[in-house]
Amino acid sequence: MKALHRKLLRDLWRLRGQVFAIALVMASGIGVLVMSLTTVESLEETAIAYYERYDFAQVFAHVERAPEHLRDRLREIPGVRTVETRVVRTAVLDIEGFEEPVIGRLVSVPERHEPQLNRLALRQGRYPRLGAPDEAVLTEPFAQAHGLEVGDKLRAIINSRWRVLTVVGIALSPEYVYAIGPGALMPDDERFGVLWMGHEALQAAYDLDGAFNDVSLALLRGTDPESVVDRVDRLLAGYGGVGAYARADQISNWFLMSEIAQHRTLSTILPTVFLAVAAFLTHMVMGRLIAVERAEIGLLKAFGYRNRDIALHYTRFVLGIGVVGVLLGWFVGYWLGLYHTRLYAEFYHFPFLHFRPSAKSFLLAGFVSLASALIGALGAVREAAALPPAEAMRPPAPPMFRRTALSRLGFIQRLDQPTRILLRQIARWPGRSFITAAGIAMSVAVLVTSMQWIDAINRMVDVYFLDAQAQDVSIGFGEPRSSEIERDIARLPGVMTTEPMRAVAAKMRAGSREEREAVQGLPANQELYRVYDAQGRELRLPPEGLVISTMLAKLLDVGIGDRITVEVLEGRRPVFEVPVVDTFETYIGSPAYMDIRALDRLMRERPSVTAVHVRVDDAKRAALFRELKNLPRVTSVTVKDAAVQTFHETMAKTIMIFISFFIVFSCALAFGVTYNAARISLSERGRELATLRVLGFTRAEISYILLGEVALLTFVALPLGCASGYLLASLIVHAFETELYRVPMVIVASTYGWAILIGVAATAVSALLVRRRVDHLDLIAVLKTRE
Amino acid sequence: MGDRTPTLRARGLTKVYRTGDVEVHALRGLDLVLETSELVVLLGPSGSGKSTLLNILGGLDTASGGEAWFLDHELTGLDDAGLTQYRREHVGFVFQFYNLIPSLTALENVALVTEIATNPMQPGDALRLVGLGERLNHFPAQLSGGEQQRVAIARAIAKRPDILLCDEPTGALDSQTGVLVLEAIERIHGELGTSTVLITHNAVIADMADRVLVMGDGKIHEERRNAARRPASELSW
Repeated sequence: MKALHRKLLRDLWRLRGQVFAIALVMASGIGVLVMSLTTVESLEETAIAYYERYDFAQVFAHVERAPEHLRDRLREIPGVRTVETRVVRTAVLDIEGFEEPVIGRLVSVPERHEPQLNRLALRQGRYPRLGAPDEAVLTEPFAQAHGLEVGDKLRAIINSRWRVLTVVGIALSPEYVYAIGPGALMPDDERFGVLWMGHEALQAAYDLDGAFNDVSLALLRGTDPESVVDRVDRLLAGYGGVGAYARADQISNWFLMSEIAQHRTLSTILPTVFLAVAAFLTHMVMGRLIAVERAEIGLLKAFGYRNRDIALHYTRFVLGIGVVGVLLGWFVGYWLGLYHTRLYAEFYHFPFLHFRPSAKSFLLAGFVSLASALIGALGAVREAAALPPAEAMRPPAPPMFRRTALSRLGFIQRLDQPTRILLRQIARWPGRSFITAAGIAMSVAVLVTSMQWIDAINRMVDVYFLDAQAQDVSIGFGEPRSSEIERDIARLPGVMTTEPMRAVAAKMRAGSREEREAVQGLPANQELYRVYDAQGRELRLPPEGLVISTMLAKLLDVGIGDRITVEVLEGRRPVFEVPVVDTFETYIGSPAYMDIRALDRLMRERPSVTAVHVRVDDAKRAALFRELKNLPRVTSVTVKDAAVQTFHETMAKTIMIFISFFIVFSCALAFGVTYNAARISLSERGRELATLRVLGFTRAEISYILLGEVALLTFVALPLGCASGYLLASLIVHAFETELYRVPMVIVASTYGWAILIGVAATAVSALLVRRRVDHLDLIAVLKTRE
Repeated sequence: MGDRTPTLRARGLTKVYRTGDVEVHALRGLDLVLETSELVVLLGPSGSGKSTLLNILGGLDTASGGEAWFLDHELTGLDDAGLTQYRREHVGFVFQFYNLIPSLTALENVALVTEIATNPMQPGDALRLVGLGERLNHFPAQLSGGEQQRVAIARAIAKRPDILLCDEPTGALDSQTGVLVLEAIERIHGELGTSTVLITHNAVIADMADRVLVMGDGKIHEERRNAARRPASELSW
């Protein structure tokens, strides 16, 4: 078998161009899968390890004011392991050199010992000390965004008084992986930050001596958090509790977990498609590659090699190519997985990184690819080995061609012979032509699907921010304020129009379903902050009843006309039943709206607001921001332009990076398919093409026959690819639906255009490479050898 | 045929193939003249250089030294595009293994060449010349070996070439079918007056030639003129 081994190596070397092209196709499939799965796996592991190492609590509750001794009662709840009470407030900060007001969340940490729960990953400095009430630890991203370091100072309005705080430490916390400010949709490290200050210092500052307004609990292993949540709610109801919630509903964790879940979806569907496409192509390419070896197989049999030996030989041949592909795929996948995990770890500010990908995804991807390659190849080997050696060694009898009914059509009659060759070639092997076209179509389809995300995100921004929101700035208050504040704000410099909004924390129930969702009260005729359907329909709020998002309707399993029980978690805690008057589609969140006056009535309160939306004269923005910094009880200032920008930035840092790699892989796929199709055609038909050259056809003329076929198939494949891309995208969009957001199914014309352009470019490049081979066709040698 | 310019002339033609360190001298200073309307049979054992000579005369290959002329064009000075043009306009090829395009019918295989020629005959007429007037619309797979070779001949002559080059045209055929093919070549030669070079290692075929050249070791060893050409129909082997 020694000589056979040498033949193997030489064959692989001779076919190196194709070996590489096939390996590239295999590697694209494997690489995408390995990259995606290892990234998701590592993110999950890192998050879990982070939570464990820093004792991230499992149940959280916020109250108005509760006495410290309540802590013991909380600890007695069955299943509770640790209880830590805190003071958590929101304050306006003033940072030198930053025009807009910054919102800070002040969170207390014990001065006498390390926190038992939600411990900080201190990056620099130390915890605040007892007796130093103006010491604060900052979140690292916030400190970085403003260039703040240990020893720097910043000003904050704490309980209506300006205080100068000193930075003593910089830290990360599992509780604020996703640091989202009030009223914001995405983290904005410039405009929102977390400050940890001494517990006793904050108690004193907010007149909470001997009391707390926030508590976190850790549970014993195996305890159901929901049962604890219920008991905590009961205990805290009398102290102004706005409802306890489990870790799953904690905002940072919820965002992080939905992100990971989205990645998981993205990592399963798209790469599976990639792997399937790659496997399919490998299968086809290997089959045709071996079919060309027919004469050699006959020769080997004539020498006395058994079918088994021959099968083994070609198995090695295929494995030789496959191993290159698998190793390349593994390497690329591992490397990109590591790269992505690092990128995400940086984005989420994980203090450490667990990148220990399990072998599972590697083995799975490798197995699927190699198996499909082997099955494709062995089919062809079996066919060749089944022939008597003498017959196998003869060139195959000229394949039967037939005139089809089509060929009698007038325009076909007028075609020149090269065009007829080209068309009959396609008609003679419709299956093979279909596979080539399908391969190109699929790479176009994955391109469309990948690029659809860009369109979707642009559409989300358009609808959510640009169409629906006409305000420039939204000013939020930590608690309901008398509606008169709207008039005060209207008098601030630069304010042109104002519009009130009231959000009420609530639990909504319908039948056995229950969801925590704020009821948002808006004026019936909204001008600034509008309720906008995903289809671009503007909704008018009815005088009574709720208008809810279709997502919430789905979660509660209700429709128009059904009644929902709303259990308010603040103020007098009224419970009321309201009908669903209308539903509308949103891409983001699962909101519920109501006429603000109707809401006031149901709350049995004087007209109140929790936020005021404002249109601002651009020239007076700076003056407005200066005033806002001095306005007490403002807990959030959201600038729409900045929100749009952070939305884009966040998306760019998360999904878009992933998507861009999918696009690169799609290009590799498109290239691999077309190159192989043309190369194999060339080796199958070298004799025919050389004959034509001898007969006086120019290089350009015979290239037309060979590449014209690929071009024609590409031409057919492009619309097919766009259509399959559309279907694939809608499939993924549906699978991607989360409570946080739905990806709109939009594909703009230019996306198809780009996909087509990339598909055509990949075809053109591979055609050019093959064209070079056509130019070097050895006329004499090809004519002498009998295939 | 006197003082007319010969169709093909070659002087001091050499061809050296280099594979690694080994040099193979396929032609060693060969001289040749092919007169207009002459039918020459080139005999010789394998390796004697006859295919190499045919390839150079047909514009498929370039010589290492010496010169070759078609009428007053020097072939040895032409580049690839020039050679392609030469083959396209002046040369007809017939191969041992027919080399028909399987996806084209007999008629279309001929049309393939007439479409790119300047003054071709009708493809159907060419096929009728080789006795295949009844099988115009058959695909190669539906034709016997002899029929396929006759299609190849029709394809070669349909452009009215100045030279017809046949490389072992009967090599893959039995004697009876081979004779049919030779008859076709003979008829073409008779009716069109195409200068024809026919390579074979079958000495019997030499009898149908005007002139016989015997090659060996890259040179012409022997040249003889047949007093009278024997009709192909009388040949057998």
